[in-house]
Amino acid sequence: MTNHFVEVEGLAKRYPTPDGSDELTVFENANFGINKGEFVCIIGHSGCGKSTILNILAGLDEASEGAVIMNGKEVAGPSLERGVVFQNYSLLPWRTTLKNITFAVRARWPNWSKEQVLEHSMKFLDLVGLNGVEHHKPSQLSGGMRQRVSIARAFATQPKLLLMDEPFGALDALTRGMIQEELLKIWEETHQTVFMITHDVDEAILLSDRILLMTNGPQARVAESVQISIERPRNRTDIIHHPSYYKIRNHLVDFLVNRSKELSGSAAGAEVADSKHPLLVDPANEADDDLKQAAG
Amino acid sequence: MHKSLKFRAAIVSLVLLTLFLGIWEGLNIVPTDTKPLTEYELLIGGASQEARVPPPSSVIVRAYDELSNPFYDAGPNDKGIGIQLGYSLYRVLAGFFLAALIALPIGFLVGMSPLMHRALNPYIQVLKPISPLAWMPLALFIIKDSETSAIFVIFICSIWPMLINTAFGVANVRQDWVNVARTHELSHLKTAFQVILPAAAPTILTGMRISIGIAWLVIVAAEMLVGGTGIGYYVWNEWNNLDLTSVIFSILMIGVVGMLLDTALGRISRMVEYEE
Repeated sequence: MTNHFVEVEGLAKRYPTPDGSDELTVFENANFGINKGEFVCIIGHSGCGKSTILNILAGLDEASEGAVIMNGKEVAGPSLERGVVFQNYSLLPWRTTLKNITFAVRARWPNWSKEQVLEHSMKFLDLVGLNGVEHHKPSQLSGGMRQRVSIARAFATQPKLLLMDEPFGALDALTRGMIQEELLKIWEETHQTVFMITHDVDEAILLSDRILLMTNGPQARVAESVQISIERPRNRTDIIHHPSYYKIRNHLVDFLVNRSKELSGSAAGAEVADSKHPLLVDPANEADDDLKQAAG
Repeated sequence: MHKSLKFRAAIVSLVLLTLFLGIWEGLNIVPTDTKPLTEYELLIGGASQEARVPPPSSVIVRAYDELSNPFYDAGPNDKGIGIQLGYSLYRVLAGFFLAALIALPIGFLVGMSPLMHRALNPYIQVLKPISPLAWMPLALFIIKDSETSAIFVIFICSIWPMLINTAFGVANVRQDWVNVARTHELSHLKTAFQVILPAAAPTILTGMRISIGIAWLVIVAAEMLVGGTGIGYYVWNEWNNLDLTSVIFSILMIGVVGMLLDTALGRISRMVEYEE
């Protein structure tokens, strides 16, 4: 299992309980891999530790057990090789849009000339359709525009792995749809490796190659790895008419509504204890098998 | 009829000022005697035995005289108001910038390191409430120079608001912004100057603004004690001369300069402010 670009091995996060007598396990036995150029989403209910996993991948948080190996090296501390898009944009409010990006580009390539930094930054501002507001402060931009800046900043540093923590969670549905489409477009141009947290099942299907499903916390696990075998390029309006779309969607919703609870905690542990790796699922093709059987 | 709020406020201000000055002036009319003055009364200059607060008209005349020649120097006890204010401003700014030199780095340290916060906090809490003038005897004994002692007193009173606000501002920089610095692999120095300093700057400037206000309050009292030069000394000297007109004039000047100092700091803090 070392052929993945990013390898997450036996990751766990435990906190001491307030009285210090015991430990609270947020999640454990998280094992999964991410391939180069793959877009992976992770879905789970609040409190299952998705954000903690992302922060550990980013190097901003430390795991209690296990390790993250990227490109053959263990992740220890934050690095420019892993870019992060936070839910609340995290733009520096005293800098203009452009300077928020040049700041990152200069950090990535300290030896570049001023013109080079500027040109590269403007290219990525153009990519998210924000030329014209480069001298505005983030406070003068709408939430959607701010998140575009944040995405442009992350893509501009061309990290080997891009981590997105519910990037569209704070946006209204219309803006969200538009930015999802832009993200798809940029992703198809760059084939950036992405690991993204979301709560939105449709968003996950639209964007990802694979969706990781987590059971409820505490003692959450990464239970399933769902293959999204809908061919690309995709777009928002057509994807819902794809024959596999609702099979995948129903599988995901069923997991979130029913099975994430049933599989959670130590009660269900016995059943899956032997298989530490998430179950590989391909709802589109499985369902086809069922149909074939029914037809036969 | 709908004049701007600013205009109407100015009208009210002017009316209040006129009323106040009018009453003040009116209370100062020397009662006229119907009887002709006796020879003794003529000798002492009038019928009234009572000392009066000088009326605004004579304060305005004095202000005009003083301000039309603010920088004359006719010996140790007779210097222009500009020179006296200059001395005071020099001491306030010297003490203030010395304090900034110490308070900002220590404030950064206290704000960044929970260990240093806990270690230094007891000292800060004990030293902060001490009246700056209480340091004066010790300062005079150790420094043996009244001028430097006055600057020291300003230093010691300016340092606390700056230190506490810097520490607070630095400690409360949003974790997201610190994370941005971390994920971009900024060095500690770059993080301090490119992220934490601009993020904490409005809070730091608020501390500096409080400091300069306190420093200007304290300099008057300090100069009354050490004497020699400065606006505080000037007020006390004119009191000793029983020249209340000059006392009132200098009180007004203290207010005006204090306001200018505050406005200046306010301008600077507006430059570093940001909207989230």
